Amino acid sequence: MIRTLQDHGIHRGIDVHMECTVLKLLTDDGRVVGAFGYDRERGRFRLFRARAVVLATGGIGRAYKITSNSWEYTGDGQALAYDAGADLIDMEFVQFHPTGMVWPPSVRGILVTEGVRGEGGVLRNKDGRRFMFDDIPDLYKNQTADNEEEGWRYTQGDRNARRPPELLTRDHVARCIVREVREGRGSPHGGVYLDISWIKARLPNGEEHIKKKLPSMYHQFKELAGIDITREAMEIGPTTHYIMGGIRVDGDSQMSTLPGLFAAGECAAGLHGANRLGGNSLSDLLVFGKRAGEHAAQFAKRQAPGKIDEAVLEATVRAALAPFERGAGGEGPYKVQHDLQDMMQELVGIVRNDAEMKRALEGLAALRRRTAQAGVAGNREYNPGWHTAMDLNNLLTCSEAVTRSALERKESRGGHFREDYPSKDPASGGLNIACRKGPDGEMQIRREPIPEMRAELKGIIEENG
Amino acid sequence: MPKATFRIWRGDASGGKLHDYVTEVSEGMVVLDAVHQIQAEQANDLAVRWNCKAGKCGSCSAEINGMPRLMCMTRLSDLPLEEPVTIEPMRSFPSLRDLVTDVSWNFGVKKTIRPFGPRPADAPDGTWRIAEGDVDRVQEFRKCIECFLCQDVCHVLREHHLHEEFAGPRFFVYTAALEMHPLDTENRLGDLRGPQGIGYCNITKCCTKVCPESITITDNAIIPLKERVVDEFYDPIRRLLRGLRSG
Ligand SMILES: Cc1cc2nc3c(=O)[nH]c(=O)nc-3n(C[C@H](O)[C@H](O)[C@H](O)COP(=O)(O)OP(=O)(O)OC[C@H]3O[C@@H](n4cnc5c(N)ncnc54)[C@H](O)[C@@H]3O)c2cc1C
Ligand code: SF4
Ligand code: SF4
Ligand code: FES
Repeated sequence: MIRTLQDHGIHRGIDVHMECTVLKLLTDDGRVVGAFGYDRERGRFRLFRARAVVLATGGIGRAYKITSNSWEYTGDGQALAYDAGADLIDMEFVQFHPTGMVWPPSVRGILVTEGVRGEGGVLRNKDGRRFMFDDIPDLYKNQTADNEEEGWRYTQGDRNARRPPELLTRDHVARCIVREVREGRGSPHGGVYLDISWIKARLPNGEEHIKKKLPSMYHQFKELAGIDITREAMEIGPTTHYIMGGIRVDGDSQMSTLPGLFAAGECAAGLHGANRLGGNSLSDLLVFGKRAGEHAAQFAKRQAPGKIDEAVLEATVRAALAPFERGAGGEGPYKVQHDLQDMMQELVGIVRNDAEMKRALEGLAALRRRTAQAGVAGNREYNPGWHTAMDLNNLLTCSEAVTRSALERKESRGGHFREDYPSKDPASGGLNIACRKGPDGEMQIRREPIPEMRAELKGIIEENG
Repeated sequence: MPKATFRIWRGDASGGKLHDYVTEVSEGMVVLDAVHQIQAEQANDLAVRWNCKAGKCGSCSAEINGMPRLMCMTRLSDLPLEEPVTIEPMRSFPSLRDLVTDVSWNFGVKKTIRPFGPRPADAPDGTWRIAEGDVDRVQEFRKCIECFLCQDVCHVLREHHLHEEFAGPRFFVYTAALEMHPLDTENRLGDLRGPQGIGYCNITKCCTKVCPESITITDNAIIPLKERVVDEFYDPIRRLLRGLRSG
């Protein structure tokens, strides 16, 4: 998809500013009028004047130690929007994908696609038991197979069969894996087994079938773990994958609560509720990315260019360059980032509780103080240490939003699970938790009723449901 | 934990040299992990490009012990660790800093390739019908992750610096994907013969050897394209027909 877009884009006269990072959104009179950042190549600052800005910066996975996301997922868009005054919502809803690699250590977190289970892959604990059959939530009982035979038929395209429990929602599968591991039934490296090789017993050309249907997984395990998935089971465990929350946008125009600022894709919130289903992110960003672009263009046409505040640019440059003044003697940015990742993983991860999250808030405050002392050596040209130091602020803002929102939601729902409130609370189901920057820079958390669904949409749901 | 030495090129367009870093290595590590560990512990400003760490984005290309490879897919257990592991940037492209090179030339080349030109839709709803077998043929080319390792190794670019006259193996793969696409109606053979210089390729197959996606660049893309070019421009009957058409 990326290449097709690129292939098409290069013939359309679009200017692409490659390897350019935005540090600040510029506002004038309550609307967005531009963006300010730097290019990685030379470290030069760049000003973009714009009558509308569309954010499409992805997620926040780098706030966690074990993640399927790339280094770029430092929550920049969410933090930029928040700093400029826009609302974030649903930040407590972080999706942990049940199947990431766990061994060897250097590949921990790399995604193993749902496709493996879709093709008939099964989860087993160290005793060989398909533990997913042991805990099928009531809500899904009717749609879930209660025996291996039926589950297998579903994966082979039998429309009358119900799906195997391995394909229950991601949050549920992830928690079942955590339970197996905590109760001592995990694999040697702290995961469980995902086995696709067993289908050879069912399909005459099973080995070829696996290679044909799952070429990149075959390749990935062969190259990175030395495992042939047509012969052996994989060891897998949950990995931080996606954030359902993000920038609050209008469902039609994709405009945030800050005029002129639009968002689409993973950094925008709302579409996936408390839990995204597999495959829906790409369809989301195709549909709503197009809409965001169209509405942003329309909005821009109606606006006059705004005024750029020089003082803001100067302050941004000063803050950006401060790590060089402190030099190598300051706090190491990588060290701060690793400590943040360890803490979020441990305290605001898959299973949460009040006491741990309160400790996380204290930890975040301490990490903020250390970030303010971060120092880097070298110069501005392609300096990853410097980039990491600047990204830290965004990671901290998003981590704080996740933690505060998760504390506020005293129930379990979708990707958010609290052991101190393990069930759904119908009253909370009608609420969004919103974060906004307060007048003194403090994070304000509000509970807000979910807007009533439009009658025509309700009709569609009833028709299909 | 055992240690190993990594000899990493550091510098920029004006020059640079190899620096030795000693770091701990553990089971399953790839070269990119070692570079990251060095970056985190000893050289915060060590420049390296990467993204997916799973061989999918094509951004971590480098020359490891002289071989063009992806750093994230090169396991330390496959390298002789008694000796220093040398890591250098791709040499066919201008250096930016340390392991990061300026590969923008490639994007310029891509722009010169005629875009996909599909035939009119087959069905009234604007969709097409294609036989599965025809799709399979171009599928291999679509696997390309644009790591540019094939461009790096090709002697036409690396030694003869014919960047102005030769598009390079990556773009023959790209052109092959378009030319062999069952819906495409565009003709790129003149460009291949002319400005893209496919004739400079003397089928050494070095590009195929380094491709991390195992695309059979030479046999499946370049040779069929060369054959088409020959058919179009040197086949006497075709030439006659062309002569008649233009006359
Ligand atoms: C391994 C993996 C597999 C997945 N598989 C699927 C799947 O099969 N199906 C599915 O539906 N979803 C899948 N997802 C989820 C989906 O891929 C992502 O949610 C989606 O790609 C997000 O797209 P996006 O356009 O919002 O952001 P991205 O595509 O991530 O793009 C964000 C861009 O913003 C840029 N950026 C970030 N910060 C800044 C800044 N400060 N300044 C300038 N630029 C910036 C980044 O460089 C990047 O180019 C997968 C995710 C992962 C990690
Ligand atoms: S086969 Fe052709 S394109 Fe490939 S490396 Fe050799 S000369 Fe270059
Ligand atoms: S053809 Fe292979 S080596 Fe060349 S850019 Fe594509 S993936 Fe890389
Ligand atoms: S980091 Fe993506 S290919 Fe190596």
